[in-house]
Amino acid sequence: MKKELKKKGIKRRKWRKDDTELFVLSLPTLCWYMIFSFLPMFGIIIAFKEYKLAPGGHGFLYNLLHSEWVGIDNFKYFFTSNSFGMLLRNTVLYNLAFIVISASVAVGGALILSNLRNKRGSKVYQTMMFLPYFMSWVVVSYFVYALLTPEKGYMNSIITSLGGDPIMWYQEKKYWPFILVLLNTWKGMGYGMVMYLASIAGIDQALYEAAVMDGATMAQRIRHITLPGIKPVFIIMLILDCGKIFNSDFGLFYQVTGGIPQSLYTTVSTFDTYIYNAIQSTAPIGKTAAATFFQSICSCATILLANQIVKKIDNENGLI
Amino acid sequence: MAKQKEHVSSLNQIKKSTNIVFNIIFLILALLCVFPLLFVFSISITSEEILRSGTYQIIPQEFSNAAYMFLWNERGMILRAFFMSIIVTVMGTIISIFLNTSMGYVLSRRTFRLHKLYTWIVFIPMVFNGGMLASYIVVNNILNLRNTIWALILPLACSSFSVIICRTFFRVTIPDALIEAAKIDGAGQFYIWSKIVLPISKPVMATIGMFAAFGYWNDWFQASLYIQDKNLQTLQSLLNNIQKNIEYIANNPYGGLSLQQYKLAMPTESVRMAIAMVIIIPIACTYPFFQKYFISGLTIGSVKE
Repeated sequence: MKKELKKKGIKRRKWRKDDTELFVLSLPTLCWYMIFSFLPMFGIIIAFKEYKLAPGGHGFLYNLLHSEWVGIDNFKYFFTSNSFGMLLRNTVLYNLAFIVISASVAVGGALILSNLRNKRGSKVYQTMMFLPYFMSWVVVSYFVYALLTPEKGYMNSIITSLGGDPIMWYQEKKYWPFILVLLNTWKGMGYGMVMYLASIAGIDQALYEAAVMDGATMAQRIRHITLPGIKPVFIIMLILDCGKIFNSDFGLFYQVTGGIPQSLYTTVSTFDTYIYNAIQSTAPIGKTAAATFFQSICSCATILLANQIVKKIDNENGLI
Repeated sequence: MAKQKEHVSSLNQIKKSTNIVFNIIFLILALLCVFPLLFVFSISITSEEILRSGTYQIIPQEFSNAAYMFLWNERGMILRAFFMSIIVTVMGTIISIFLNTSMGYVLSRRTFRLHKLYTWIVFIPMVFNGGMLASYIVVNNILNLRNTIWALILPLACSSFSVIICRTFFRVTIPDALIEAAKIDGAGQFYIWSKIVLPISKPVMATIGMFAAFGYWNDWFQASLYIQDKNLQTLQSLLNNIQKNIEYIANNPYGGLSLQQYKLAMPTESVRMAIAMVIIIPIACTYPFFQKYFISGLTIGSVKE
């Protein structure tokens, strides 16, 4: 009986009552996916149109269908605009810095935490370091404001008490790459460490005991047992991070800088802040759509590429 | 033998002196992570005169509960935002658990006729999405959810990440024999899912429930896109709007506001920090208890099939 079922399972088998029930059960989520994930994908066509309000007060779809096709004009406009190079540079470079620094802090921190002698202390540190992860960027931006606001901020009061000149933080470009990298690391630190710690905890202790018996040093044990043990998680995280390389944590760039003041515009703008500002303004949506489409395509390409590279190096560890 | 084992495990440890150094480093890092909480709190209890004249202090020179008294007197606004946050969080979490676990369960049934198709449906959004603008248009222009609570709840209700966590959990923990047995007894899939699978899947429900709950509680982005109605403000968007008003006023001094409007739009610093505290306190008090569910979610999520 079971064998028969299996055989049928491989071939295209008939639709059964069971399938209907599963289909009905999944229907709400299926609808959600169709509306909130797949419908927006058709937003691509906006990028190839010059969206105009048709006379007569029709709905969005009607207007869209009756708008003129403009080919790749919107993309041309976006690629040749002054902002494009700056946005691309900012988004990619910030993300590269975030990936490298966050990953090293998380792995390094997890290695140390897992070796601390006082396990209770390690638990307390983990819990404390997890807190920033649960704060929204709005709240963090209040705290950053309290540190950096020129007249009253804590940083300036330290600087002046040491005899320096106060810094107009929200107007000086040069500090912001560091501030943003620092904040991003600070916020994600606990999350990353705890995740790698969990995978270190999953490594068989007998391996370590055997290694100690054979006289392996600490460094050797880390190199040959711990690091290979956390490799699968590391690679999955890396691939997922690569997929986000053209996206940015909007809150970090927009909220923390105080809504991107003009003086910081070229240092802290990313694709996401550009698109957000365009949505809030009256910019033609075809041109904005070109920007989002470019972003989505690049993300998709990088995640697939990263996956291919990982697979080539090590066939077991691809995400897909 | 036991002694030898102890010896081995002590060899497996770092030196005492290194341990102390590492502990100090981590103590500092850990304090840096909770520092904002303390700093924001101390500003919120500093008296207004000190704040007006001097700089922010870590330990306030002069205490005052004026900010919290002000919040209490203006509790209409704060409580409304607070209830809004709670309603969004509770409703959103329930909907989110329903959508994610049902899909996760269906996806965990390999015998399902549409199994392949469903795997693609869940997988594709992980690598490709329509982007911020298209989502905005769907919610705003096609569904017309602007200024409704649904605009805050629905876009965040489901995610492929959570669905896959559920699927993996169901596959690993629920024996096929159990489901087959229930089917032989005549149970339908909906009954199996709600009466057999979910009751023994509390850990995964807690995990994705927590992800959802913290996501909703902390969300300000959806609100900033879709909510203009003051009655629908959540705490996060209230805080966000105050910040926006301050930026607006800083850029447009006396921009057509009366003194009264000005005062309402721009609460004093201690009041702003006090509102921030109202947001953080519930999180800071609950997350240590739910941390383990996050971790289990992360570890399940990174397990490949």
